[in-house]
Amino acid sequence: MTTETTKKFNIDTVENAAKTPDTELPWAELGLKQNEFDEIVKVLGRRPTGAELAMYSVMWSEHCSYKSSKNHLRQFGQKVTEEMKKDMLVGIGARPVAVMDPLRFGAIDHPDTARVMHGAVAGIGGYGNSLGLPNIGGEMVFDSVYQGNPLVNALAVGVMRHEDIRLANASGKGNKVVLFGARTGGDGIGGASVLASESFDDTKPSKRPAVQVGDPFAEKVLIECCLELFKGSLVEGIQDLGAAGISCATSELASNGDGGMQVELTSVLLRDPTLTPGEILMSESQERMMAVVTPENVEAFEAVMDKWAVEYSWLGEVTDTGRLIITWEGDVIVDVDPRTVAHDGPVYDRPFARPEWQDSVQADTFTGSVQDAGRPSSPASLAAAVTELVASPNMCSKSWITNQYDRYVGGNTSMAFPDDAGVVRVDEETGLGVALATDANGRYTYLDPYHGAQLALAEAYRNVATAGAIPMAVSDCLNFGSPEDPDVMWQLAEAIRGLSDACMVLGIPVTGGNVSLYNQTGTTPIHPSPVVAVLGKLDDVARRTSSGWREDGQAIYLLGTTAAELDGSEWANMRGHLGGQPPKVDLEAERALGEILINASRDGMIDAAHDLSEGGLAAALVESSLRYGVGARIALQDIMDRDGVDLFTALFSESQGRAVVGVPRSEEVRFTDMCTARGFAHARIGVVDAASGALEINGVESLSLDALREAHEGTLPKYFG
Amino acid sequence: MSELPLIGEAVAVAAVPRLAGARIGVVTFPGTLDDRDAARAVRLAGATAVELWHGDAELGDVDAVIIPGGFSYGDYLRAGAIARFAPLMSKIIDAANSDAKLPVLGICNGFQILTESHLLPGSMIKNDHLKFLCRDQVLRVENSNTAWTLDYEAGQEITIPLKNQDGQYIADEKTLDALEAEGRVVFRYVGFNPNGSRRDIAGISNAAGNVVGLMPHPEHAVEPGFGPESLDGIGGSDTDGLGFFTSVLNKIVGGDK
Repeated sequence: MTTETTKKFNIDTVENAAKTPDTELPWAELGLKQNEFDEIVKVLGRRPTGAELAMYSVMWSEHCSYKSSKNHLRQFGQKVTEEMKKDMLVGIGARPVAVMDPLRFGAIDHPDTARVMHGAVAGIGGYGNSLGLPNIGGEMVFDSVYQGNPLVNALAVGVMRHEDIRLANASGKGNKVVLFGARTGGDGIGGASVLASESFDDTKPSKRPAVQVGDPFAEKVLIECCLELFKGSLVEGIQDLGAAGISCATSELASNGDGGMQVELTSVLLRDPTLTPGEILMSESQERMMAVVTPENVEAFEAVMDKWAVEYSWLGEVTDTGRLIITWEGDVIVDVDPRTVAHDGPVYDRPFARPEWQDSVQADTFTGSVQDAGRPSSPASLAAAVTELVASPNMCSKSWITNQYDRYVGGNTSMAFPDDAGVVRVDEETGLGVALATDANGRYTYLDPYHGAQLALAEAYRNVATAGAIPMAVSDCLNFGSPEDPDVMWQLAEAIRGLSDACMVLGIPVTGGNVSLYNQTGTTPIHPSPVVAVLGKLDDVARRTSSGWREDGQAIYLLGTTAAELDGSEWANMRGHLGGQPPKVDLEAERALGEILINASRDGMIDAAHDLSEGGLAAALVESSLRYGVGARIALQDIMDRDGVDLFTALFSESQGRAVVGVPRSEEVRFTDMCTARGFAHARIGVVDAASGALEINGVESLSLDALREAHEGTLPKYFG
Repeated sequence: MSELPLIGEAVAVAAVPRLAGARIGVVTFPGTLDDRDAARAVRLAGATAVELWHGDAELGDVDAVIIPGGFSYGDYLRAGAIARFAPLMSKIIDAANSDAKLPVLGICNGFQILTESHLLPGSMIKNDHLKFLCRDQVLRVENSNTAWTLDYEAGQEITIPLKNQDGQYIADEKTLDALEAEGRVVFRYVGFNPNGSRRDIAGISNAAGNVVGLMPHPEHAVEPGFGPESLDGIGGSDTDGLGFFTSVLNKIVGGDK
C-alpha cells in the first residue's frame, strides 16, 4: 500500500472510538440486531470501531455463528457413545481425493431452470475438473419448491495419516502470521458497502456482487503448495479463508491458540488498492490461506511459495496478550478478545411450533386421492408406468451432468455415478478405500421432518452398505427456509432431533456439516432438505459391489418387505400429489440389511446390489438392467402374497430397508442361509437373462432395454440440449 | 514419485529387471492433474517413474518423457501456450529432435503443449459441442510403429477414457493430407467423434515416430478395477492403455518387435 492510498481513509481507531461514543454506526445495515449491537458495546466497554463492527457483523451472522441452529445442533455432539467417539479427530491438512455434488433445482420445464442447470454444472465441472478431483456422484432433484432457491451442496473427502493432522490455531509467542494465495479483492463483500462512509471520496470502483469469483488454477496450486508445507512441517497452524475472510481467520486462529495476535492490515496484498480496512476484513476472495510459521521456518516457507509462484505477505505475529490487535499503519483499529468475535456470538432460542397445516397434510394420503384415479393395473399400463417413471425428471439418467465431470483423475476411482455409492481407493498397497453417498428426500421431510431426516440418513447408510462398505461417519448440509418462521424452525428442530437420534441407533457420528437457512422466496420456504452424506470403509475396494447384473442365470433376490407406502413417492410426485406419511423408518432393519450386504460383498456371495429408494422396485430393476445392458426375468407373485400387496404397489411403493441383489448360482445356498440365520426377509424374484435384451416382469408387458434406455437417457438432453 | 501413495507404499510390481532400470520422466506444471496417474502407469508397466518439475533447467537421466494431462496455468490463455515456454520444455524439444530421438508422449494438455511447442503440427480448439466431456472412447490404432504403440497391432481397437474441453484437433488440409500420407495419424476415434476433430484424429506423431500426442488418456486404463470396464462396464477392458507404457519400455531396452 502506498501512503497516498491509505490517506484516503478516515481511519476509525480504537482511540477515536473511545473518544466519540455517540458516533452513529451502520450496524443495522450490516445485519446486526439492536440487542447484538448492544452486546458488542458491552463486550468492548465502548463503541466498536468501523473495522471491529465489520468483523463482529460477519462473524455473528447466521452463516458464521449458527445462531439459530446452535441450540439444536448440540445434539450431534451429545447423542454419541464412547464407541462412536473413538475414531473422531479434528484438524486439517488432508489431501482431497474426491468430490460429490447434491443439486436441487426448480421444475425441469421452467425456463429459468435451464439457466441454473447450465451455469451450475459448468461451474462445478469447470472448477472441479481443473482441481484434479474425481467427481464420483451426487444427486439431481427437480422440484418447483427450489425454483427461487436452487441448492448447490458440495462434499469433499480427503485422506491423511493421523500423525500429519494440522490444527487451525495460532500458538507460540513470536511466531509469524502469513497470508498467502490469491490477493484480496472486493468480491464477496456483502453489507460492507455501507462502510463506504469510511472513505473521503466516492471515486471507488463500483461494488462487486456479493458472490465470490473463483479461480480453480489458483486453488489447485494452493492445494499442492499447502501439502508441500505440511510435508515439510513448515506451519504451526493453518486455516483457509472462507466466509468472513480475514475476520474469521484471525479471530479463529487467535482464539483457538493460547495467546493473542497482532497484525498490520496494510500488509495485505490487494487486487483493489481502494479497499477500506472494513472491506479488507470482510472480503471473501477465494483461494487464500492464513498460516502461523516459526521464525526458523520462514525461509523454508518462502522457498515453497516461490516454487509454486504463490504470493504471500507477512502480516504480524502471535502474542501472549490474549488480544487480537489489528493496526493500520501502526494505528490500532481493532482491539478485541478474539473469542468474543469467533465463539461468543449470539445464540437464539427461536420459537418453533408444529405447523397448523401439518395434520391436514398428513391426512391427505395418495391412495384414494383425485391424483390416484386410474392407477395402472393392466400389463400395458404397468409397462407404460415403468417407462414413464424412469424417464421422469428425478428418476432419469443423470449422465448428461456426470459426463461433464472427470471421474477418472487420480486413478483411484473404483466406482462412481450411477452406482449407489462412489468408491475411491486410498491405499494402493492394500486396496483400502472409502465409499461415499449423499441423500435427501425433501418431500418425505416436508411430510414428517423427524422421520424424513432419518430416512435421508437411512438411504445414505443403505447406499454405502450396498457398495459393500462399512458405514463409519456422517456429514450433512441442512437446507431450510427462514428460522424466524416458527413452522420452519420446527422443521429444522425436528430434522436435527431425528437425525441425531438415528445416528445414535446406527452408531455413526456426525463429524461435521453445514447449515443453510433463509432458503425461501417471500413467505414460501423450500421443502426442508437435510442432505445427509455417509462415509464408509472398504478393506479392499476390489470387493465393492456394483449396482448392475451381468452374469446370465444369476439369481435375483429382493431383500426386505414391501408395504403400501406411496405417500411422498416419486409416483405420487409424478401425479402431482404430496401428502400423507412418508415410508416407515426401521433403523434396526437398516442395520441388519447393511450387515447382510457388507458380508455378502466381502465373502463374494453377491455380484450386484442396488438399494430401493425413490421409484421403488421398478426403478431399481430398470437401473440394474441398464447398468450393463443385461436384462432379467422377474416374477413378483410370491412377495405380493407374502406382503399382501398388488403388483403396482410391489413395483412403486417406496418401503425402506430393501435392496435387490444378484447372486451367483454357486452362492445361493450360502446367501439364503445367511439371510435366514439373521431372520431377514428375502425372496428369489427372478434370474438374470443376458440373451433377452429386455426386462420381463410377470404381469407387465415386456420392456425392451433399448426403449428403456432411450426413455431413461433422453430426458435431460431434451430439456438442456 | 515420492508423493504417490496416499497412505500405503506404491504397488510392488514384479518387474522384469531390465525394464525396472528404464527411467521415464513425468513432467509437472502448475495445474497439471494427471501426473500421479502417469507415474503409476509407468510403474505398472515395470519401469521407474521420475518426477520432473517444469522449472528444472536440466532433463537429467531419463529414457523417455511423458507430459501428462491437466490445466497447466489454468488454460486461461490458449491451452499449453504458457507451459510451452517452461525451461524444461526447451530441453525436451532439443532431446526429441536430437539424433537420440527421446521418446515423448503428450496426453491431453500434454498433447496441446506439444503442438504449442511445434513438436507436433496442428492445434486443439474447443469441443464442437462446447462442453467438457468425460467418456470411454474407442480408438483405432492406425500406426503401431511409433515408440508408444509398438505393443499394439495396426488396426487394433482400444477403449480408454477421454476427458477434455478443448479437444477438437484442427490443422490445414495440406498438413492433414501429409499426416495421412506419412502414416502419422496414430489414433482415430471410432464410432463417435467426441469433439469434432478433423478426420476423426485422436492422436498423431512426428515424422520420426518418437513424439506422440493424443487427447484420450491411456494412463486411466492401466489397472484392473479402475478403468473403463469397471467404471462404466460397456465394452473394452480396464487395461487397454497399458500398451503405451510397455511399448516405450520395449523400445528403450531394445526390444523392438
